Amino acid sequence: MSDIARDGARAAGSVTVDSLGPQGMISVRAKMDDPALASALTELGGLSVPGPLSMSRSGEMAVLWMGPDEVMVLCAYNAAQLLSEKLSASLSGAHALAANVSDARAMFRLTGPENEVREALAKLTPADCAPDALPEGRVRRTRLAQVAGAIWIEEGAANVIAFRSGADYVFGLLKTAAADSARVGYF
Amino acid sequence: MSTRLAKGGRLIDRATTHRFTFNGRQMQGYAGDTLASALLAGDQMLVGRSFKYHRPRGIVASGAEEPNALVGLGSGNTFEPNQRVTVTELFDGLEAQSQNHWPSLEFDVGAINAKLSRFLPAGFYYKTFIHPRPFWKHVYEPFIRKSAGLGKAPDKEARDPDTYEHFYAHVDVLVIGGGVAGLQAAKVAAQSGGKVLLIEQNAHWGGRAPVDGGTVDGAEADAWVSATLEELEGMANVTLRARTMGAGLYDHGYATAYERVSDHAPGSDAPRHRLWRIRAGQIVTATGAIERPLSFAGNDIPGVMLASAARDFAVNYAVSPGDRTVVVTNNDDAYRTALALKSLGLSVPAVIDARANGGGALMAEAEAQGIRVLKGKGIAKVQGGARVTGVEICAQAGEGATQETIACDAVAMSGGWSPVVHLWSHIGGKLTWDETENFFRPDPERAPITHDGSAIVTAVGAANGHLGLSEIVSDATSGTTSALKRIGLSVDAAAPEASPRDEAPMEPVWLMPQGAKRALRAKAWLDFQNDVKVTDVQLAAQEGYVSVEHTKRYTTLGMATDQGKLSNINGLAILSQALGEGIPQVGTTTFRPPYTPISLASIAGEAKGELFQPIRRTALHSWHEENGAEWEPVGHWRRPFAYRKPGESTHDAVTRECVATRESLGLLDASTLGKILVKGPDAGRFMDMLYTNMMSSLKPGFCRYGLMCSENGFLMDDGVVARIDEDTFLCHTTTGGAERIHAHMEEWLQTEWWDWKVWVLNVTEQYTQIGVVGPKSRAVLEKLGTEGIGKDDLPFMRWIDGNVGGIPARIFRISFSGELSFEIAVAANRGRELWGKLIEAGQEFNVTPYGTEAMHVLRAEKGFIMIGEETDGTIIPQDLGLHWAISKKKEDYIGKRAQERSFMDNPERWQLVGLETTDGSKLPDGAYAVAPGNNANGQVNTQGRVTSSYHSAALGRPIAMGLVHNGPDRMGEVIEFAMTDGSRVPAKITGTIFFDPEGEKQNV
Repeated sequence: MSDIARDGARAAGSVTVDSLGPQGMISVRAKMDDPALASALTELGGLSVPGPLSMSRSGEMAVLWMGPDEVMVLCAYNAAQLLSEKLSASLSGAHALAANVSDARAMFRLTGPENEVREALAKLTPADCAPDALPEGRVRRTRLAQVAGAIWIEEGAANVIAFRSGADYVFGLLKTAAADSARVGYF
Repeated sequence: MSTRLAKGGRLIDRATTHRFTFNGRQMQGYAGDTLASALLAGDQMLVGRSFKYHRPRGIVASGAEEPNALVGLGSGNTFEPNQRVTVTELFDGLEAQSQNHWPSLEFDVGAINAKLSRFLPAGFYYKTFIHPRPFWKHVYEPFIRKSAGLGKAPDKEARDPDTYEHFYAHVDVLVIGGGVAGLQAAKVAAQSGGKVLLIEQNAHWGGRAPVDGGTVDGAEADAWVSATLEELEGMANVTLRARTMGAGLYDHGYATAYERVSDHAPGSDAPRHRLWRIRAGQIVTATGAIERPLSFAGNDIPGVMLASAARDFAVNYAVSPGDRTVVVTNNDDAYRTALALKSLGLSVPAVIDARANGGGALMAEAEAQGIRVLKGKGIAKVQGGARVTGVEICAQAGEGATQETIACDAVAMSGGWSPVVHLWSHIGGKLTWDETENFFRPDPERAPITHDGSAIVTAVGAANGHLGLSEIVSDATSGTTSALKRIGLSVDAAAPEASPRDEAPMEPVWLMPQGAKRALRAKAWLDFQNDVKVTDVQLAAQEGYVSVEHTKRYTTLGMATDQGKLSNINGLAILSQALGEGIPQVGTTTFRPPYTPISLASIAGEAKGELFQPIRRTALHSWHEENGAEWEPVGHWRRPFAYRKPGESTHDAVTRECVATRESLGLLDASTLGKILVKGPDAGRFMDMLYTNMMSSLKPGFCRYGLMCSENGFLMDDGVVARIDEDTFLCHTTTGGAERIHAHMEEWLQTEWWDWKVWVLNVTEQYTQIGVVGPKSRAVLEKLGTEGIGKDDLPFMRWIDGNVGGIPARIFRISFSGELSFEIAVAANRGRELWGKLIEAGQEFNVTPYGTEAMHVLRAEKGFIMIGEETDGTIIPQDLGLHWAISKKKEDYIGKRAQERSFMDNPERWQLVGLETTDGSKLPDGAYAVAPGNNANGQVNTQGRVTSSYHSAALGRPIAMGLVHNGPDRMGEVIEFAMTDGSRVPAKITGTIFFDPEGEKQNV
């Protein structure tokens, strides 16, 4: 069996599920209203602190709101270590923790008709996946069947983050939920 | 005989024939048939045997409430027992078998039980089979299991090939039931603009109205249903779902619905069932009502069915229950059956109306049609065995003397209606007894409530006790309007005009005739599925059962798969009469989800096969898999227990791995160990509270082994802490402990020390961590270009950042084996690469990957404890001789106060020692050391137990550790351990360090 988190994988169908392979991710814990965080993110790549349940993006980089005192920076995988160190340095005077966690997680993307993409998610997460409840850029940390995950929709595609050790399981879940034979016709 | 009529049938498509088998008999029906209608069309009136007396039983109902007609469907991997034929849509190739008969449905040996019915009264299990005791298990229970019961369990080797799934939906209003009330409710709710989900358990919409007739909004009910459906289908905010039953209601607007996606179309790739998990702002139950049987002798003989079922089969499926159908009733509604059958050209010899004055307009219409109506009469008994041949008529007011016998093939009975209040009751909605209609209806004053105390469920239509079309649409309109208001949605909806109810009042008839003699009562069934008769409930009352809940369990009334949908009210009416109390005073049993049985597979959803449970894999998992790993589950992780070479036993593999590691070089995948970052100005202070030892004094670049206790003082985790910089610590936890300890840290930070400046982050999965262990460990790392790891550059319990084989790595010089040892942490995506390099470079050192068992042996040889082996949640560090790791200087740490309690700070506690058997045998893990005498329970006294036991490869003999009373003071003493075969094995108490007590091997 290959390493889905590292090598990626694809299950094609009306909704195609991709395990994207390595994705740069930096966890940052800080008070969201700490000005040091705002300036560190701006300095890092013109990023801003996202509001609750949302995200901000600047080019290839994005910041996901993970909780009242936690965000995750998405960036190119190869840049993550350097950016993480840079972020730590700019936050050095503040009470904050930044760490490269790119290898700790796997990232997936579901592409296809948006209603079907949302339906596939709605089979696995108790979070409301309707367009008004999960609009573009809304970030939900939730549960995917039996494991933790985070989901958001961007440009009609669903992005899913889960822990690396469960990558096979999550890929299996998404593939099953997105199967062409299992359309719900709800959204 | 029951048969198919030449014309009609609003739900069937005569152009499409489906073939099916019943007990191997070839039969056929049409598309749109249920299995019930197809069986009746083929004159298969006998469909099963009863639970206790094995009496012949036929189809009683036309819907979800059917108690009798349960069959096994399919075969082999798709066999499923206890399927109700009335809700099974017919498909081509369907296979059904009747249940609870032996040797055959027509000739059944168990029917002898019926002759013995006087000896099988209510509670007979308890009365008859208690003594002598051993007979229960060996004689009575096997007999009862064979004789009484419903369907067979599927074969244990069978594997369900179908798929199942869940679906989460969030709506403003969930409407359950797609009859006129539900459709009107959905229509009103839809006008608010809110999200509406309307579900219907059947494949078709409209409920009873299309059969029962009447007009809504100037149109025939049927036409109104179609038009309303079309309107709703066109609305973007409305979802309609047929074949989807409201299964259960729970707190906070959570509801489950059971969609039978492809039961009717087997062989499709679609999931078979889908369990909807719905969050609704408001729930409207429009679940209709269920007709009640009447209790007269022989009311269970095939051919006796509910009046509503008789007209459903006739109108919906063009199936006649018989050429001549006698209708027996206590209300006007059953006249609709007489009129429907008559209009189809069938004979209705009589309507027997228990009411002295008969009914109203519907009776007049029946009489005008030439149907004979007998008023104030009842059925004394039904004639016939395997099917109805006639009825004996008596005065309802009398004891059952036969006045007249009427030959017939079927009896259509109606004892009135009961609103389907199940869902309302699931979450605590209360009921009120309606004296006019003689049923329990939802009490709107005591509706199920949600977090703010407001009602969250609204019952409408027949489910709310309204039985006329006009009342139903008006109730659905006002009820839904109020429900919407509670979630801030408003509509200005008016109820359409509809036919008003024009019926004479019903009269309660709980027993027919009223004064029926015992012989008749003993053949008057209350609960068809569980074979409970009027006499059984009366006996229970006589024997002192006054609570309806107790009577239910004593008599089995209302139990099993139908949960008393037909029997409940009749049974408790009989009980209340026997007790001389009113029905509302006796009350009902509690309805619980699901409304009707749902498949276990739908509850499991996708969790089967590969997806049954998430298995956590390290980045090296595939290498282990390809190299003979025998797996050990540790939490949700899979870790290699040992790597077996071809032809090698597990024991030999473990020994080989131990020897190679001690002599040269072993590799361990330690990635599963938890890694938690703790950072902030208060991190040192926080660490001092978490661990029993002093952590704040640790210098950057250093490592320290630490113990973590719960606030009750018990040892909960251990591991090596590395100080990264002035503000940052990296805590290693046990494999199973990462998430738990992370949560423990967050809890203390969030609830107790919320003002401390500390952040924690679980980075466990970021790293592949590899133990490079053994005398050649430094050599292999140096061969891979690692610098700065010499004896003095990197002493024991230090760490550095460096690289191994060109891969950036954090190198810890720590040891869980007593050997010279390094743990190398690299980014997980490069873990496999590093492992490959170590294997390759290690060839000259006989590099040997080792599993968890070798790891255990190596640590036990050194007397290192293991959380979960030496600890079990009741052990404190002091029990394990770990005083050295408990700071005396610190004012406090989590667990300190608890450890000062008298029974914790106590020399009588068992303490850790080594154990060496005098006969050289290996002690069983968990074996107890015996002490002289017996305790108060007559059990042998104990003085210790084995916590770890292994075969030591290094010493060539077994070693063990255990907790022993005053153990450390009893070195050299021999104590005895009890074996499960009764023998005793003597073992000498020793120190816990069996190998290299001076620690010379790791200090090189």
